[in-house]
Parts: sequence; C-alpha cells; structure tokens
Amino acid sequence: MIYEKNATEMATALEKGEISAVELTRAHLDRIAAVDGEVKAFLYVDNEGALAQARDVDQRRKSGEKLSPLAGVPLALKDVMVQQGVPTTCGSKMLEGWRPPYDSTVVSRLKAAGVIILGKTNMDEFAMGSSTENSAYFPTHNPWDLTRIPGGSGGGSSASLAAFEAPLAIGTDTGGSIRQPAAVTGTVGVKPTYGGVSRYGLVAFSSSLDQAGPCARNVLDAAYLHEVIGGYDPMDSTSISAPIPPVVAAAKNASVKGMKIGVIKELQGDGYQAGVLKRFNESLEELAKLGAEIVEVSCPNFEYALAAYYLIAPSECSSNLARFDAMRYGIRVGEGSAEEVMNATREVGFGKEVKRRIILGTYALSSGYYDAYYGSAQKVRTLISRDFENAFTKADVLVSPTAPTTAFKIGEKSNDPIAMYLNDIATIPTNLAGVCGISIPSGLAEEDGLPAGFQIMAGAMKDDRLYQVGAALEVALNSKWGAPILSKAPKLGAK
Amino acid sequence: MSKISRDDVANLARLARIEMTPAELDHLSSELSVILDAVARVQEVAGKDVPPTSHPLPITNVFRADENRPSLTPEQALSGAPAQEEQRFKVPQILGEE
Repeated sequence: MIYEKNATEMATALEKGEISAVELTRAHLDRIAAVDGEVKAFLYVDNEGALAQARDVDQRRKSGEKLSPLAGVPLALKDVMVQQGVPTTCGSKMLEGWRPPYDSTVVSRLKAAGVIILGKTNMDEFAMGSSTENSAYFPTHNPWDLTRIPGGSGGGSSASLAAFEAPLAIGTDTGGSIRQPAAVTGTVGVKPTYGGVSRYGLVAFSSSLDQAGPCARNVLDAAYLHEVIGGYDPMDSTSISAPIPPVVAAAKNASVKGMKIGVIKELQGDGYQAGVLKRFNESLEELAKLGAEIVEVSCPNFEYALAAYYLIAPSECSSNLARFDAMRYGIRVGEGSAEEVMNATREVGFGKEVKRRIILGTYALSSGYYDAYYGSAQKVRTLISRDFENAFTKADVLVSPTAPTTAFKIGEKSNDPIAMYLNDIATIPTNLAGVCGISIPSGLAEEDGLPAGFQIMAGAMKDDRLYQVGAALEVALNSKWGAPILSKAPKLGAK
Repeated sequence: MSKISRDDVANLARLARIEMTPAELDHLSSELSVILDAVARVQEVAGKDVPPTSHPLPITNVFRADENRPSLTPEQALSGAPAQEEQRFKVPQILGEE
C-alpha cells in the first residue's frame, strides 16, 4: 500500500507523476479513518484543509513550478504547535475550541514546502508526561500493542507513524518527548540542537528546554523534514543565526569509519530492561564492525539530571502557564472577580499533572526556597554541560539506550509520578545542555517483542553527526533483520 | 524528609491562582513531599564555586530594527476571547468595590 512507503519514496512517486498529492492525501485520510478508532493518535483530522493543500501542490507541480523535495507528502502535527484556524488544544481542556489566529514558524515552513498537514496529534497535556495518558481527551494506543502506551508527550505523533497514518510528524522535546515515543514505537525521532528550530508558535512549557523536531519512519526522511523546519527565525530570539547543519547529506553519507563513539557509563545498568540493553550492545557491535571505535566515557553528574529537570521544567512551566488566565483566549469558568474567575478556570482547565508541576514550580521559585531548589538545579545544569564538553573531547558522538524500558501498559504507572519521570532518565541531559539527540530503533526486546531505542547525542550544531551515525546503524540493522523493524508490527484494521 | 503541609499547598495554590478541593490538597501535600525529597539531591553537588546556567545559549539581548511590520488585526487578536466589547477584551471586575 502507498501509505506503507517512506516519505522519500512517496516524494519520488509524486515527482514522477505516478500519484497525485490529492490521491496520496486521500490514501492517508482513509487510513486514518480505518485505524484511528483503535490507535487514537489524532485529536483533530483536517480532511478539507489537507485536501485543499494537496490540490494546490498538484496545481503548482502541473504548472511546472520547482517544488521542494517533500512537496505533497503528508504529515501529522503535534497539537502543541499552532496552525491558523485549526483547533489547537495542547491536549488540555483549557484550550478546548481555540482556533489560533496565526501560524507557527514550523507550520509556515511546512506550508511553504508543500508538506500536507493531515491534522493535530494527541499529547500529554501541555507536553507534560511520558505516556500520553495525561491528555485531557483520551489516551493514545501503541500500534505494537494497543494495551500499551505510545510514549509521551508526543505519543500521538509517534503512534501515527507506526500505524502508517502519516509518514512524517512533528514533535517537541523538552525532556525526551520526541525520542522516548520514537523508541517505544520503533520509529525515528530527533531533538535538534536548542535554537535549531524556531519556537515561535510552539505553546511554551519550559522555554529554556523546549525544542521542536522531526519524527519519521527512517533517518533520511527525518533529515529532509529537519531541513524544511530548521534554521534561523527572527521571530524567535533564541533561534541560532547559522546555517542548518547538512543533515540530508550526512544521512546519505552514512559512514562511521574512524569515528569515535562514546558509551556513557552512567546511562546503563540498574533500572534498564535486560532486552533493551541487549539490543543496545548488539548495535554497538554493528557500529564497531562498520569501523567505528567504541570508547567508554563517564558523565558523573548525569545522575543528578532528573532531579535538576524536575525543578527547572516545573519552575519555568509555573511561569509560562500563568498566561492561561481566562481573559484573552481559552475557556472561562465561574463568576465574580477576575481572581475568582481565574482560580475557577484554572481548577477546571488544568489536569492533575499540570497542577502538580505548577505547584512544584511555584514552591521551587518562592523566596526562602529559591536558592536551595531552583538555584541548585541551575548549578547542576552547568555541571551537566561540563560533563558533555568533557565527553565530546573523547568521542565524536555519545550513545545510550533512549528509554530504560519498552512500552508499558496503559495505567501501569499513572499513579506513581516518580516511576513515570524515570522514563526520561537518558534523554533529559541533552535538553539541559542544549545539545542534540536522535532515537532510532535498535530491535525488539526478547522478553516482550516490543521495540527498543538507541540514542545518539552530538554537540551543539553538530546535528549532522546524528544522521550520519543513525543512517549507518539503520542500514546495518535493517540488513541484519532482513527488513525495517516496523514491518514486524502487527497489522492494524485487519478485522 | 521534606514536609509540605496541607496549608503550604493551599498557599501555593492561591499564589498560582488554582482553586483546589480538600481532596486535591491532601493528595498533593503527600505527593509533593515525596517529589521534593527526590529532587533535593541537586543540593549534594551544587557547590558555591559552580556558576548557575539558566539557558543553554550564551545570549543576552536580542534586538531587531525598530520598523513597523504587519501584525494581527484587532478582529484576529480578539478571535479567541471569552468575551469582548468595543474591540477590547471584556474581563471580570479587577478592583474591589471601595
């Protein structure tokens, strides 16, 4: 089926005229209609908008216009990214019914490139979570096993890829929300260097950590999408004013000969599932066979990363989410003074995890506790950046398992915040330091037959290295398995 | 063991402008105590000699040229407002009666 192809294959078929953008978009909308009742990846499907965009691309192609490489290829957009006129909720009741009056920079760039936006994907409320169970609407189901979580916060985006509802998706990653969902669904997800992709129009959770990035079913597709959405944007004052690293060329180069690959000692062992570690070690062997030198590096302060993150992110969120005041947009509940309306609206509009983090952040920032909590966390952030700097003098890229386990059951960890937070133990350090990371599938864990992820990290603006190493490993593993890992996923919609 | 009392949480909720039921206050005070114990670990390594990092990029002020540019129309800016009047956001009473 056409929807099982990769984005680059679809792009080639479009360019050769074997299929039109309208036909390709219809095929995906039909697929969504057939399987999303089970998967529940989408909060909103923009049937008419997507088809109108596709008709426009077909028109432009017919008129001989030179189009971008991904023109006419469909994509699923995480609901934290605003798109003009299309409902944007961030998985929260607070924004139910809101239609943004402008496009985020990522959306403007997707539209300019002719990428077809199919709809908005489900997520943990305001991107806070690791399972998509914190969505105020419904949980999303992992296409590998519908009783399990698809990761989070971007579980809708990862599930839409694994369910073949879209070949490309946009995610955002504050502590692992692109990479961990990719790991547990057997897909590819990239957190670019902080400042590499504009945050304009990305509803803020933790501004010094948030970063949007590409999600796909293979490394080259992700690289093409990265080049569409990345690059300097004057509308984001934290956007880096430099050319996008050559990620597509790097994905095509796919060679690790002579590269030094650093295994982070602290990101393995206790707490990591045996089957996940086994696939991780096998992947290292593949990289060694391809001519890479595997070295061990130590990042002693990484053990404090999770604690620092759960002070910094809630602190920033308690400030960022103050904007939801029931005055200018979003829902308004109750009567009386402005303060009473605000209190009542925020009680009803925010879910459990969001409230927990706002209260934690309010505490960490309050006078008397600021130095002990937020101040100390900022110092740990410095130590973690130093650990990375040190490690990057010994290796070109660093690697670890992406997530400590495969996908767990829906409901299994929802009453234990600390256990839930541990999902991000290996992904959080990159966010704190502002460096980049990718997750690619490393195989299926023996115990449960579910996908495991291999994480590659590189220094700031060295995103091309993620793609170079990721593509090399992908080729080696696909040949070892005989086919891409997703071909082993159970068929959906068969009944 | 950090101890966050029910009154502490009630005060934080008031500062954060979130109404909370008695059940929520009970639940959060026990949960926050556990979470704070876990995150207090940052104090073990945060020595006086370590400078803080608030942001991954070493940027201070970012300016653009002071030129008029297209922006949202009043209608667009008000399009999501819960209430509006005379091209303004209509909000509940802010000041007291006196």
